[in-house]
Amino acid sequence: MKEGRTHKRFQKFGMVIDLDKCTGCGSCMVACMAENNVPFRKDESNKLLSITWMRVYKLTNGMPFPETDVCYLPRPCMQCAGQHEGHSPCVSVCPAIATDYSMESGIVSQIYTRCFGCRYCMASCPYHARYFNWWDPIWPDGMEKYLSPNVSPRMRGVVEKCSFCFHRYQRAKDRAYMEGRRELQEDEYQTACTQACPAGAITFGDLNNPKHAVSEMVEPDPKHSGRPKNPNAFRLLERLGTNPKVYYLSSREWVRRAGDNYLKNEKKVKKPVHHG
Amino acid sequence: MKIGRRGFLSFVIGGAAGTALSPLPWKLMDDSSIWTQMWPWTPVPEDGEASYVNSVCTLCPGHCGITVRKIDNRAVKIEGMKGHPVNNGGICLLGLSGLQLLYGPMRVKTPLKRTGKRGQGQWEKISWNDAVSEVVEKLRDIRSEGHPQTVGFISGFDRGTVSRLFERFLTAYGSPNFMRMPSVRDSYELAQYLMQGVQALPGFDFENSDFVLSFGSGLIDGWGSPVRMSRVHSAWQSAGVKVIQIEPRLSNTAAKSDKWIPINPGTEGALAMGLAHVIVKESLYDADFIENNVEGFFDWKNLVIDKYSPDTVASITGIDSRTIVVLARGFANASKPLAVCGRGNGTTPVNIDECMAVHALNALVGNIHKKGGVWAVSEPDYINWPEIEMDAKAAAGMQHERLDGAGSKTYPFTRYLLPRLPETIDPGEKNPLQALFVSGANPLYTHPDTQAVRNAFDKIPLVVSFSSYMDETAQNADLILPNHIYLERYEEVPTPAGMIEPVIGLSRPVVEPQFNTRHVGDVILQMAKGLGGSVAKTFPWDSYDSCLKETLGDLWNYLIDKGFWSNTGAMPPFFGTSYETASGKFELINKDNGSIPQFKPVSIEGDEKDYPLLLIPYDSMRLACGFIGDPPFVMKTVEDSILKGKDVFVELNPKTARNQGLREGQRVVLTTPKGKAEVKVHLFEGIMPGLVALPRGLGHTGWDEYLAGKGINFNTLIGPVEDPDSGLDAAWGIRAKLEKA
Repeated sequence: MKEGRTHKRFQKFGMVIDLDKCTGCGSCMVACMAENNVPFRKDESNKLLSITWMRVYKLTNGMPFPETDVCYLPRPCMQCAGQHEGHSPCVSVCPAIATDYSMESGIVSQIYTRCFGCRYCMASCPYHARYFNWWDPIWPDGMEKYLSPNVSPRMRGVVEKCSFCFHRYQRAKDRAYMEGRRELQEDEYQTACTQACPAGAITFGDLNNPKHAVSEMVEPDPKHSGRPKNPNAFRLLERLGTNPKVYYLSSREWVRRAGDNYLKNEKKVKKPVHHG
Repeated sequence: MKIGRRGFLSFVIGGAAGTALSPLPWKLMDDSSIWTQMWPWTPVPEDGEASYVNSVCTLCPGHCGITVRKIDNRAVKIEGMKGHPVNNGGICLLGLSGLQLLYGPMRVKTPLKRTGKRGQGQWEKISWNDAVSEVVEKLRDIRSEGHPQTVGFISGFDRGTVSRLFERFLTAYGSPNFMRMPSVRDSYELAQYLMQGVQALPGFDFENSDFVLSFGSGLIDGWGSPVRMSRVHSAWQSAGVKVIQIEPRLSNTAAKSDKWIPINPGTEGALAMGLAHVIVKESLYDADFIENNVEGFFDWKNLVIDKYSPDTVASITGIDSRTIVVLARGFANASKPLAVCGRGNGTTPVNIDECMAVHALNALVGNIHKKGGVWAVSEPDYINWPEIEMDAKAAAGMQHERLDGAGSKTYPFTRYLLPRLPETIDPGEKNPLQALFVSGANPLYTHPDTQAVRNAFDKIPLVVSFSSYMDETAQNADLILPNHIYLERYEEVPTPAGMIEPVIGLSRPVVEPQFNTRHVGDVILQMAKGLGGSVAKTFPWDSYDSCLKETLGDLWNYLIDKGFWSNTGAMPPFFGTSYETASGKFELINKDNGSIPQFKPVSIEGDEKDYPLLLIPYDSMRLACGFIGDPPFVMKTVEDSILKGKDVFVELNPKTARNQGLREGQRVVLTTPKGKAEVKVHLFEGIMPGLVALPRGLGHTGWDEYLAGKGINFNTLIGPVEDPDSGLDAAWGIRAKLEKA
């Protein structure tokens, strides 16, 4: 088994979100909810309790009228690899192995039936990408008809998060195997948000495959844990060294700077600091 | 053995302490938390055979192609249809939430008849036959008394077979009162009619223009066909197309444009005239086009030169004259510049002068009916029905003027003026409206001055709603005859708003009707049959589906197979025939009726002394503000700086807040001449000082508990302001004040 694995070329699925194209419409959020059986409650205005695997944040440049500018930033799970592949912040702390890093796909999984709700992973996630089910999900009478059999609805007491629509990866792989193929085409596996985005602002693919659009767009530098070579590309909180697989593109400098914490007079983006 | 008080107490306390020290309570707590996680109320969705159905979404005028994923007979996901000319795979958040509308608690599940007072929410279930015969009886009475013109119909759409059936029914019955919901299309249709002599859809070739000048249109905030506009916006980003947004508030469209130019609200028309001044004065216009295709240029030129110098316009608009000159040069020197007017997502008209002024800019640069320009789009002409049978009563009824005054002597060229309807409705015997039907529209929510509209509706003896959902209009109706929703019915869907290429889509049943609903087309046919005589003869079809099939002819099979038909090679109308004005040209000055592009300020309600601030609405893709309200998924996307609990936030510039002594999150009372509401303050640098902005789409009383009772309906705070030239509602805001609650 182990031998067989080493022969396989690993994939590293990642996402590039073009913030110049993103209009902040929120379709990615709803595409995700509809795809992944995300529950909803009567009041969703407390955003700490509102489960949104994909959440669009509104950034402002803080300048007074009329120099004000606004940019939207969609935030799925960053599927961090950590400094050494597999050392994601959440995976490192999970006492139940309910969340794990897949070496084959680079996707951080979440296994609801293993999770016992300690929420260490939520505390460790610097992106607030993880959500806790404080209540059992309740669909109004009849509405459970639209639930997809591909994603199990979660029960109270477990943590959930974006899975890069892992079930779509499985489905695509199954189909390929049925057709006698072992490799997936780029367009065979796409996340629900990528597919739905009206602006085409989201691109999804294998970062390890130089022919895939995601690699071409950001030019990840393998020598520096995938740091983008494209000057317009950035990752969130790059300097934490979480090595996320979600990249952002923006032509606006203030937006790129908003992607990390900088001191007021700090000019240049520094190299990531390695902790621990 | 005798148990004393002391013995009893020590037994109880000892027992409790013993139990607490044992592992029992902890074990029980642990087990119960595990058990309750396993309780069967967490549904396990059944697996089955997967299939896909292509259809068209009709939740907005965008008309995207959709592909619905099904597991056995359940619809589980709506996705955008790949290869569709409107959206090519993309889909908006409202379209994605369609299944919540299909299976949701807001559905009207069976015909309902009101038992209590209007709006009290007391209903009894009634059979379809009883419901229809009740309506028919009432209609027969009205007709036999000789007042068929007192029946009205409000429809969200006016194109396609279903709307044409409504109109046909009214005509055969004898009433001219078919009314379409207002939108910026009203202004554009009228402007095109006055300047080009054609009744056509306004089409904008955004895909091919290289300089877009938007006078407040929320091009990516839900304007036109929202997914198409998102795609266009991305293409602009890639191609480096210049986009200039002019509006007093930093909308998403403004934030995404190359340049946002804040303007004093309501003065957009003046800016258009100022730009025309520079273009004319510096001879930057398309001389060829003007010479060959434009009538009245020299007279208009004098007006423009006289009255709209950059300095004059600067003092009106608050934009400095240098910016005006640079903007005008940039616009005129671009190879395919396009100017577009209308505020927000385009669900409100603008005054006709403003629309004509902006449209004149396109004519100046010769970008009418050209690649990258503005087109008058003619509709595919596929509805060829036999002549309407008119008996004497129908003919007499049709002689009456429309109730809303459209087509009257005062407003001869305007087609629909629904906002004028409430004031014409009087109580008593002579009520000019005896029965009103509403379909695909929710006027009791979307109309300005909601309370006045409701009072007017209360005076109409019979209000029938065809709504599939318990919206505000359905809540206040006498009878609800619920239509199938778009995922349960056949209907052909004509060209989406703002597109230049003609498209016909086919909306088709994705699943069986979930409840005891009926296609509104079938109900109309049944009503006609019930009335008998010439009305029945006008409708020779057995069912709506057979009517549609017969109407479409060969196209039916094509649509069943492909899902949509489009004319990708659509060419601009030929110049010789595309202007049907008296001169056969584009008329800057229409000599027949004296219309001329100029700036006429709209006087909005309230005086500055009592109301020092200006309230304007704003639109967002995340807040549906038309006849559909936000489903639960979409409500989840609404930011907590817009809605928190049940409180909506108004946007205020920090400067304004300082002057008023207000701070972030403070609870205040917002008062306008039309109403009062409690709101919270959100400070936003992106809004012009002196303004207050309130989002549209909240404050519902109908729908479900996920939407109702949250925030304030903007329309309760504003009233319509009639444009004296067209009758259209030209209100862009209202004066307001804020006081600490």
